[in-house]
Amino acid sequence: MENIQKVDLTKVKPYGDTLNDGMVQMSFTLPVPYGDEAKEAARQLAAKMGFDDPAVVYAKDLGVGYTYFIVYGKCTHTVDYTAIEVPKVDMEFMDREEVEQYIEENIKRNVVIVGACTGTDAHTVGIDAIMNMKGFDGNFGLERYKGIEAINMGSQVPNEELIAKAIETKADAILVSQVVTQKDVHIANLTQLVEMLEAEGLRDKVILVCGGPRISHELAQELGYDAGFGAGSYANHVATFVVKQIVERNLI
Amino acid sequence: MKSKLNLNPELIDSARSAAKNIAEDVQKFIDKNTTVAVERTIARLMGVDGVDEIDKPLPNVLIDAIKEGGGLSKGAAFWIGNAMVNTGKTPQEIAEKVSSGEIEITKLPIASEDKILEAVYKTAEEMVERIKNNRNRRDEYLRTLGEGKKPYLYVIVATGNIYEDVLQAQAAAKQGADIIAVIRTTGQSLLDYVPYGPTTEGFGGTYATQENFRIMRKALDEVGEEVGRYIRLCNYCSGLCMPEIAAMGAMERLDVMLNDALYGILFRDINMQRTFVDQYFSRIINGFAGVIINTGEDNYLTTADAYEEAHTVLASQFINEQFALKAGLPEEQMGLGHAFEMDPMLENGFLYELAQAQMAREIFPKAPLKYMPPTKYMTGNIFRGHLQDAMFNLVSIWTNQGIQLLGMPTEAIHTPHLQDRMLSIENAQYIFNNVRSIGDEVEFKKDGIIQKRAQEVLTKAEELLRDIEKEGIFNTIEKGKFGGVKRSFTGGKGLEGVVEKDEKYFNPFIDLMLGGAR
Repeated sequence: MENIQKVDLTKVKPYGDTLNDGMVQMSFTLPVPYGDEAKEAARQLAAKMGFDDPAVVYAKDLGVGYTYFIVYGKCTHTVDYTAIEVPKVDMEFMDREEVEQYIEENIKRNVVIVGACTGTDAHTVGIDAIMNMKGFDGNFGLERYKGIEAINMGSQVPNEELIAKAIETKADAILVSQVVTQKDVHIANLTQLVEMLEAEGLRDKVILVCGGPRISHELAQELGYDAGFGAGSYANHVATFVVKQIVERNLI
Repeated sequence: MKSKLNLNPELIDSARSAAKNIAEDVQKFIDKNTTVAVERTIARLMGVDGVDEIDKPLPNVLIDAIKEGGGLSKGAAFWIGNAMVNTGKTPQEIAEKVSSGEIEITKLPIASEDKILEAVYKTAEEMVERIKNNRNRRDEYLRTLGEGKKPYLYVIVATGNIYEDVLQAQAAAKQGADIIAVIRTTGQSLLDYVPYGPTTEGFGGTYATQENFRIMRKALDEVGEEVGRYIRLCNYCSGLCMPEIAAMGAMERLDVMLNDALYGILFRDINMQRTFVDQYFSRIINGFAGVIINTGEDNYLTTADAYEEAHTVLASQFINEQFALKAGLPEEQMGLGHAFEMDPMLENGFLYELAQAQMAREIFPKAPLKYMPPTKYMTGNIFRGHLQDAMFNLVSIWTNQGIQLLGMPTEAIHTPHLQDRMLSIENAQYIFNNVRSIGDEVEFKKDGIIQKRAQEVLTKAEELLRDIEKEGIFNTIEKGKFGGVKRSFTGGKGLEGVVEKDEKYFNPFIDLMLGGAR
């Protein structure tokens, strides 16, 4: 092993089959007709992206005068891994039984959670995975949790209706799912909800959580949410966050 | 055709007869009622189009005026016909005068019934002729240009800008696509009007407007001539404007329409009374126009488990078949839906998918089944995703599906990029060609995993249909038996647009299209 170079974490670059070879595979389309000039254009573009020895290994005519490329190149840049800090929901997640026990011991009443896909978003996959009985990937949803009353309002729910439901049910937490992110429609939607809650004087009284494949905790906090859950999140993650917040913020 | 799955024909017959009774039960309700969307459709088919100064479509202006005048139960045809007899003007001119306030359509003197009928039928027959000509034009294209082999390769475009969609659609056709679906902008299904004119802004899709239909139709005819294949155009005849979209599609020669009331009820929370009535008229129009409908059973599996709930898909296919027959839509136009949505980590999952697809093929032998790709278990791992799509393609060619909605490796990430579509078409073409005759060559082991699975799903579907037959479809939906979603009879969107018909009510197009020679 002594013959192998050690990783310098302050200067990390991609690994192909040798440390620091910088190998990257990429594919893209250029709006130019297929041919030698197109391949050269792709090669030059990869060079401008900071790749040494760019190689166009495949090119295909897409019709309509556009060409698709698969390109390899050696990345010339590095990052300092030791200096990285990523804001995330930083806690030990409890499993379902632990959450149920935590509620019983610390909150001693039902926790009410209202969730919806808001605005024009019709994609309920995310909110269903977190809230519905069945859950996702073997992880039961919030409906299954003893001590949690989960109300899934479904898709295309206006922010007004979501807030009205939260008031009506005296919700402890509001979950918002946003899957469609084309033209940043989710940002406008999520921001509007925060503003409306603030206007109603409710923002501090509820735990506000958003989720979706393009949502990060950092983005969520920037928008004024308590937490954001991206891909790979399960009901127990959201439940842990909500019940701990109830206790920490003394919303019991 | 000999059953490869050793399915019990008596069970199939029993399931089909239960579905027939279920549909007949609902039909009694449908026949008694009409909706604002049905009446706007009649107005459109009589030639009313355009918008007023605040962009409100004239069909809405007209039907709202009739509704406010308390005349909706007599139907739009009655009032338009009466106004034609009174004023000698065309339906379009009448709508414009209603909009400007020059005519109060429900306050005109009532003409004789004969005269009203004569005026209405003359106009209606012209439109029916136009639609018939569109159908002939399609047949002519299919004769001269020909078409792709089945399963047809179906891809979506969804840029939000119809002109950008045209570029992507033409590229897809050149790469080998047979059907281009223009995804609608998110939320359009809940609009109680159809927007007007060409559109360049949309979220996750493009507005369905008659002008957009026309633009895309023209583009596909052009590229079809170029590639020597008729390219079919698909849109979404669902939501609150179901029959209106069907009418627009019939006028502009669309070829394929998503068209499923159950889908709207479960996944868009549209009121069930409203949408069953809307669906009936929309299917009559689609049937007459030669449009292949696609039903939405695949969607159940995005919320319910594909392995455990497979029988609900089959049960719904049986019901959709009967609703379609009621509307005069022949089997050859029934793109009954299902999907490849089982957890890819399930042991022998491929065999279960194969069993399901083969079963649908055998039970609905003439239907151009619409097979949907994996979506629920697609991830950011585009490489595994490409393999999942390959497995899906393999099942499809093996079981002779009709319409293959191509999966995209980037399904979980974004609406398809130009290259994603190329990779998907290449995937399907490679597999379809490479195993073209596998279905003719390979039989399944007697009482093996595949046969047993199909028999079990059929048995459960038959039981479910017998239950629904007793309970009625409305109650069944209220109990959440489809897709695990519960909807109430009086809940959801659009109920205020349903009215009971007066005895004077008539819809000339049901008569002309359902009774007409096909």
